[in-house]
Amino acid sequence: MKEGFRQAMAWLHTWAGLVFGWLLFAIFLTGTLSYFKDEVNHWTHPEIASHPLDDAAALDKAQRYLEQHAAGMKTWYINLPDERQPYIQVMYPGPSGRFANQILDAGSGQLAAARESMGGEFFYQFHYQLQLPYPWGRWLASLCALVMLVTLISGIITHKKIFKEFFTFRPRKGQRSWLDGHNAVGVLVLPFHLMITYSSLVIFMTMLLPGNILAQYGKQTTAIYDDLMPSRGVPAAANQPAPLVSLSELYRDFQQQAPGSRLGLIEVDHPGDANASVVFGRHGGDRIVHQIGYGRVYDGVSGALRFDRQVSSVPMMIAGGLYGMHMGHFAGPGLRWLYFLAGIGGTAMIGTGLVMWLGKRQLKHAKSARQPFHLCLVAVLNVMSMGGLMLAVIGFFYANRLLPFELAGRSGLEVRVFFWVWALSALHAALRPARQAWLEQLGLAALLYAGLPLLNAVTTGQGLNRSLAQGDWAMAGVDLTALAWGLLLAWAVRKLWRNVPVVKARKVAMSAEGEPT
Amino acid sequence: MKSATVGLPVVYRLGVCSRIVAAALGGYVLASLTGISLAALVPLARGEAMISGMMLSFLVYVVAVLWCFACHSAWRAWLGLLVPSLVLAAVNGVLLWGHS
Repeated sequence: MKEGFRQAMAWLHTWAGLVFGWLLFAIFLTGTLSYFKDEVNHWTHPEIASHPLDDAAALDKAQRYLEQHAAGMKTWYINLPDERQPYIQVMYPGPSGRFANQILDAGSGQLAAARESMGGEFFYQFHYQLQLPYPWGRWLASLCALVMLVTLISGIITHKKIFKEFFTFRPRKGQRSWLDGHNAVGVLVLPFHLMITYSSLVIFMTMLLPGNILAQYGKQTTAIYDDLMPSRGVPAAANQPAPLVSLSELYRDFQQQAPGSRLGLIEVDHPGDANASVVFGRHGGDRIVHQIGYGRVYDGVSGALRFDRQVSSVPMMIAGGLYGMHMGHFAGPGLRWLYFLAGIGGTAMIGTGLVMWLGKRQLKHAKSARQPFHLCLVAVLNVMSMGGLMLAVIGFFYANRLLPFELAGRSGLEVRVFFWVWALSALHAALRPARQAWLEQLGLAALLYAGLPLLNAVTTGQGLNRSLAQGDWAMAGVDLTALAWGLLLAWAVRKLWRNVPVVKARKVAMSAEGEPT
Repeated sequence: MKSATVGLPVVYRLGVCSRIVAAALGGYVLASLTGISLAALVPLARGEAMISGMMLSFLVYVVAVLWCFACHSAWRAWLGLLVPSLVLAAVNGVLLWGHS
């Protein structure tokens, strides 16, 4: 690190990128999938039918269900159906402390007779919790985000001529092509990368910087909620029974006050108590600024409005805006696809970086029969973190269709299939030569991804023939995206198959100069 | 950086380790203190001031990490984090003392 600023930054970029690249690849890929969380949920719950949207009727159904099944619970949470989510979701902390999360059919208002699956929620939670217990997963994911930000900035510094080089692409030139691709995708989606990485830290800021809270508030914990999450300031239970106001009545008031705006999360505190409260959150799709802990707060017995707070100050707008931009709830179909593509771009940038790190060093050992151990290790980790993860993801989708409907603990088993497939791919990568491991894992992945529409058609009868005819774009979209991804992987396998290993390629290049190898 | 595993002196490797610790822990302390100081100094409501400080903290953290690997020696990396941290801690101490 004595070589000067840019060399030092290149060193930092290289090593921070390598050490955290594998985990970052997984975070970016699963995070990217989460932009279509609702669509994946729809695919993984094919039994749940869509019904015409009617917020007031859905609220009545949710209230009826909860009064029958969750009376006396401390808090209820309700999510209404919208154009992307066909069902009513109700959640409440159960008597044993376990959080109940139930899916109701929007038509009948009863538990939907659907297969048990975490669906898109699994990928979403994985991308910030990494399947680790709270709060360690979030801390590790945040550390990854910080390192990502450091790697981005040091990468920009390293590539001084970044915008000029952006227009340079030298295809079929081995290592140079990887570098050009890495730079091109890095620069093209740079604003997205910076936004998504910085905002992920802002999302978790109160967890990450407890000292800052302590310095401002000391022990006045209630004051924090008053300032940051005013809707949490609801009165404690009076322990006197009183009937809960009709939620659909409150909804009519909500509609009068803010015509056309939609409901987000609905929270009912102490239902059935004289001090009950109802909090109407606003729908994330209505505004970029994400407003957790803000909303219209009603008295849960009389139905009188207690207060209505929206994010208004500039710092809160910036923080909430970053939060909202990260989540992308506001994005319509076009922008959502752009988010998805930008996420894929980020994933590809990380992947090309990992491949390049290894390729560059392998070249130096090209003449020796055996590669040094650390390069073999990186090769195995590269295959399992990229090829293996793609297999694990598609394995989850296959498990969703192939595990028996009535199986106990089904949704947990789907998750275990994901990790089993991932572990097996790591084992496979360790046992096979790197090139073979890549070919076999990507080849299998290509088959599985391309075969997903067929599996769906055979197991549910909601294949492309039906979903396209009915205009069920969420179902068809998942099928078609998997098919397209399978074709892309098949193309990659073909390229890799034809591409002779490095040592031979050099000789070929020397013997036939000028011709593309 | 030609061969990562062989031929590098122990001092160099210790230096890298020291920089990593400085970046992770020293950077965190400096970032947090910067956020705390900003929150204490800006004329905003308490929650807004805190949020502003926190958002700044992450930027300071990134710069601190870059600093740790850009400067000439591990000692300088530590020094560059400790001196501003101590100054900020002193400023906060004075502010706190002034309030009470």
